[in-house]
Amino acid sequence: MSERVREIVAAHRGERGALMPILHAIQAEYGHIDPTSIPVIAEELNLSRADVHGVVTFYKDFKQQSPGRTTVRICRAEACQSVGSDALAQGVQARLGVGFGETTTDGAVSLEAVYCLGNCALGPSVEVGGRLYGRMDADRLDALLSADRSRP
Amino acid sequence: MTSPVTVYVPCDSSARSVGADEVADRISAAAASGRAIRLVRNGSRGLLWLEPLVEVLTADGRIGYGPVQPEDVDGLLASGMLDGGDHPLRLGPVEDLPWLADQTRLTFARVGVVDPRAADDYQSHGGLRGLQRAVEMAPADVVAEVTRSGLRGRGGAGFPTGIKWKTVLEAEGDLKFICCNADEGDSGTFADRMLMEGDPFSLVEGMTIAAHAVGATEGYIYIRSEYPDAVATMQVAIDSAYARGWLGAGILGSALSFDLFVRVGAGAYICGEETSMLESLEGKRGVIRAKPPIPALEGLFGRPTVVNNVLSLAAVPSILADGANAYSDQGVGRSRGTQVFQLAGNIARGGIVEVGFGITLGELVEGFGGGTRSGRPVRAVQVGGPLGAYLATSQFAVPMDYEAFSAIGAMVGHGGIVVFDDTVDMARQARFAMEFCAEESCGKCTPCRIGAVRGVEVIDKIVAGVDRADNLVLLDDLCELMTEGSLCAMGGLTPVPVRSALQHFPDDFTTGGA
Repeated sequence: MSERVREIVAAHRGERGALMPILHAIQAEYGHIDPTSIPVIAEELNLSRADVHGVVTFYKDFKQQSPGRTTVRICRAEACQSVGSDALAQGVQARLGVGFGETTTDGAVSLEAVYCLGNCALGPSVEVGGRLYGRMDADRLDALLSADRSRP
Repeated sequence: MTSPVTVYVPCDSSARSVGADEVADRISAAAASGRAIRLVRNGSRGLLWLEPLVEVLTADGRIGYGPVQPEDVDGLLASGMLDGGDHPLRLGPVEDLPWLADQTRLTFARVGVVDPRAADDYQSHGGLRGLQRAVEMAPADVVAEVTRSGLRGRGGAGFPTGIKWKTVLEAEGDLKFICCNADEGDSGTFADRMLMEGDPFSLVEGMTIAAHAVGATEGYIYIRSEYPDAVATMQVAIDSAYARGWLGAGILGSALSFDLFVRVGAGAYICGEETSMLESLEGKRGVIRAKPPIPALEGLFGRPTVVNNVLSLAAVPSILADGANAYSDQGVGRSRGTQVFQLAGNIARGGIVEVGFGITLGELVEGFGGGTRSGRPVRAVQVGGPLGAYLATSQFAVPMDYEAFSAIGAMVGHGGIVVFDDTVDMARQARFAMEFCAEESCGKCTPCRIGAVRGVEVIDKIVAGVDRADNLVLLDDLCELMTEGSLCAMGGLTPVPVRSALQHFPDDFTTGGA
């Protein structure tokens, strides 16, 4: 893996402030940024490990562990609150048996809170497996999750 | 043989979130065995409650149908939709819809009209005229034109764009940057996203004009990761602009050289604060910088940098194309031009309303918006994002302009308006404001980092009726400290929603107590 990380770094080295694009690229390829890649990135970019670790941990998008097979993100910001996202959020937590920031024990679903998906006129907004859904309600979300789980 | 019928189905992510892709697929599939069509994936017109809004080009103009669900498609085609035929979902000529006809679309003129990925469409709808004129002008004259237009920063702070550009133009430096802040994290705002998805070339053009005006050679568009469609569309537009000589060396045959890059955020609200965004662009934690120095003098990598919001930069092409006066003719007082308002939350007709400053809050919420989606009475409206004030319906007569809003302790901000009906618990909204600040604080200054956590605790005590009077004094004191002592708007403005909720809806804070 460290060879591949070095290749990714090399591909972005010429960009200004290359660390963010590098971290995005690693995460896109592996689904997370393995802690063992941090010293490799640091060495390649001539940064301290603390610098790289600090950036990885500052941003919510960067994960140090792979999430579940499907990530469900519920918008919990004001516009979605005004059309019932709190109830939707409670329902999905109860159904999945996990809280925000957690993954179901079978590794199928990771549940995340997100503050605004930019779909504020058609809330409540939810993202399932990278796809955005508007005017979500509990039944439709249930159906989406069932469909997702039945996949291998 | 008849020529294919042009059918528009938006590719805007809001439209896609309610089934536009499926509708487009159904129309394509039906066309494969019937009449030939040319399917255009346009941006959204911004009448979001009608999405997916399908348009068909006829001799009578573009006829709209919406909201169209995939299962409606067969019926629509059977009713002669391709000839503008009658159907319960038929809306008539889209441009004649009062909701749209009553707007003044300058920045959003092409959004929903053109194919966002087609450079030819951009040019045939008036694009590039601003840049063509700008490159023939001296940089200082371009800056003067923008100053005369009265354009102020649309990101929220409302700082005059021309003054900012003048500072960068006059700054010494062999390397200067144009940075576009597309980290549109405020709940209730989506205009930046819709512009990038619906008319990306206008942002490319606006940034290129800015580059010429201040002597910059490199630009970055910092887009939040929650907007993958905007990232993809901007990248397509940039690649296409390079291919046509609208970016790169010798732009439009002039001496201007400008390179433009997209950078993607990673889920940090604070990166919408300009100095935090610059840190992030430099590959660091998005911790804010103390000002001064201002970014215009020491910005990205310490170089003179223009940092503008998407809507500020996208307004520039029309200002250069049609002159400063055409822009400043709109608006009132010191708020010139148009503002792109975004009607959001519990609203019957949500979407984009671009009109001159001076329209009242009530005209937007009750007029354009049609009240709540739930059908219940409007109780509170939050204007300007999570750091904006909660207003009561008694304030609906206030005109939307920077100064009038400032006078009532509120801000126009990025133009987002979130509507709540009478089921809202305003103590809970006040608590959320503090909670959000605690969650998203970069941690650099204590009033924000610690104050927000204490704010949640104090509001909980007030609502629970624990030493109510004392805790209200404490909350007020905390709000004062955060306002005066925070380094940036995150901690500095979080007290605004808290205090306004308490001021206008005090009863909500007593439910649990004696």
